[in-house]
Amino acid sequence: MNLWSYVIRRLLYTIPIILGVCLIIFAIFNLSGYDPAQTLLGKHATAKQIMEVRKELGLEKPLVQQYFDIVKSAFTLDFGRSWATKQNILDMIKEGAVPSLTVTIPAFLISTITAILISILVAFNRGKFIDKYLVVKFVGMMSIPSLAYILFFQWFFAYKLGWFEISGYEHGFPDFIPYTILPVIIMVVLSIGPDVRYFRTVILDDIYQDYVRTARAKGLSETVVLLKHVLKNSLIPIITYVVIQIPFLILGALLIESFFSIPGLGGITVKAVFDNDFPVIKAMTVLFAISYIVFTLITDILYTVVDPRVRLK
Amino acid sequence: MENESKSLWAHAWDSLKKDKTAVFSMTIIGIYVLLAILTVTGVIASDWSKEVGASYLPPSLENPFGTDIFGRSVLLKTLKGVEMAIAIGCVTAIISTVIGVLFGLTAGYFGGKVDEVIVWFYTSQASIPGIMLLFAIMFVLGKGTSTLFIALGITSWIPLCRLVRGEVMRHKEREYVQAAAALGAGNRRRMLKHILPNIFHIVIIQFSLRFQMAIKSEVILSYLGLGVQGAPSWGTMIDDSKLELSRGVWWQLGAATFAMFFLVLALNLLGDALRDALDPKLKGKA
Repeated sequence: MNLWSYVIRRLLYTIPIILGVCLIIFAIFNLSGYDPAQTLLGKHATAKQIMEVRKELGLEKPLVQQYFDIVKSAFTLDFGRSWATKQNILDMIKEGAVPSLTVTIPAFLISTITAILISILVAFNRGKFIDKYLVVKFVGMMSIPSLAYILFFQWFFAYKLGWFEISGYEHGFPDFIPYTILPVIIMVVLSIGPDVRYFRTVILDDIYQDYVRTARAKGLSETVVLLKHVLKNSLIPIITYVVIQIPFLILGALLIESFFSIPGLGGITVKAVFDNDFPVIKAMTVLFAISYIVFTLITDILYTVVDPRVRLK
Repeated sequence: MENESKSLWAHAWDSLKKDKTAVFSMTIIGIYVLLAILTVTGVIASDWSKEVGASYLPPSLENPFGTDIFGRSVLLKTLKGVEMAIAIGCVTAIISTVIGVLFGLTAGYFGGKVDEVIVWFYTSQASIPGIMLLFAIMFVLGKGTSTLFIALGITSWIPLCRLVRGEVMRHKEREYVQAAAALGAGNRRRMLKHILPNIFHIVIIQFSLRFQMAIKSEVILSYLGLGVQGAPSWGTMIDDSKLELSRGVWWQLGAATFAMFFLVLALNLLGDALRDALDPKLKGKA
């Protein structure tokens, strides 16, 4: 099978997935018996008011129509307006993307590179003290809830020591830097544990393969075996793991943004949960899902370009 | 009979007993379960809601973890929180295991259209990031402890389902399943009595993973005001401390994080030890 027919088949496969995602979102928001009109108007609304709001929200339309409205919004990204701010949700998303990226991109780069370096170090010394020590250390770090890290770091480094801004944000480079350093540090601390654990397993999986034994039998040194043979093969799962995180970069870090008052998409989402802002929650769910699907698609296609074996399946 | 061959489970148990980390983590988990039983039955921490002193007393001999805003003992709240953590972990892990095993077995065993529909469904659900799905479900169903269990349960079954489906596909053509079929075992018997026990190690490993993830997720939901209501939980305690830290009140955050750390760490380590003991593929490897 050639590359193009694979790409087309893979593209077609996303259609039922998008329809499925919309079906789940539809089931949660439109079929569960939850009435957004009630949330919007409060307990003392009259039946007539509720009717009017339901009409405005399109809840009086036939169910099939309501379902296709969600599907349509997945393609047009037209989500209507927020209840809390009355803003157009698409504009909110556009505004929120940049502040999110100023936190997540540096954090993502630092943590991924550090994690890969540590995993190589650990793989060199597998079974030795440093390997066991680091593994236990990272498992320990992962056993502390993220909220506790955020609270403690903000209190200790920003409030007590006064090294960083406690919260807030300023638009434009380089004005945002003082506000993003601490959030970036926290994100790196939070993601380095899971990253190292995953990369280590991937590298160790490869170390026991036959081709590695062959390489060793040829008399190659451990350094050459690890860096030239093993790492090359481990790169594929590592790249997949890394690429799939990209949509989450745009969407930001939910709790961190909310906590440090960074006006990114994560912060917007958390605020919507606080405000019971129904259209924004729904829009964010659709947006998160669609970007996830798009990036999975890109990863899969990249995969087949890099590794021709995938196409044969 | 000295040379009687041991089952996978007996082997696993032997290697777990030799593994110091596994023994350590099982002991810790045992202590937590015991504490949960003692608080449920009211032997300890039944008067957690009682005022024991002034508001925000720092740790002292009398109140080892100090007091909270209402002058309640943080130690007793933390102990009472064990009950909630174990409940959240257990119930959530059971819900997600039942769904995951059921769908995974069905999809893997029957294949064809049934498999396609189940795979389509979980691929769709997996496309919605877990945390968003959790928000959405909690938002629609409303606050409450039982909602919390349901929401955490139905958002966490997919990894197990995928693994079970894959393993069942490998197992269903094996000789022992064919032998069972030849002896007249129906589909249900073949699935539940023959295949399931052979893939059960995956279920156990995933159970310990779900357990600790549920406990950690409760903290995030508490921050959003969607957590446990009416009873102390570590999540609400950590969330409360966001207003306390600036006044120098660190003991509530400290106590809840400390309590959670050891339980989650033990579950993490046990999960790893179980994988080493139960996954034959990894046997003999460093």
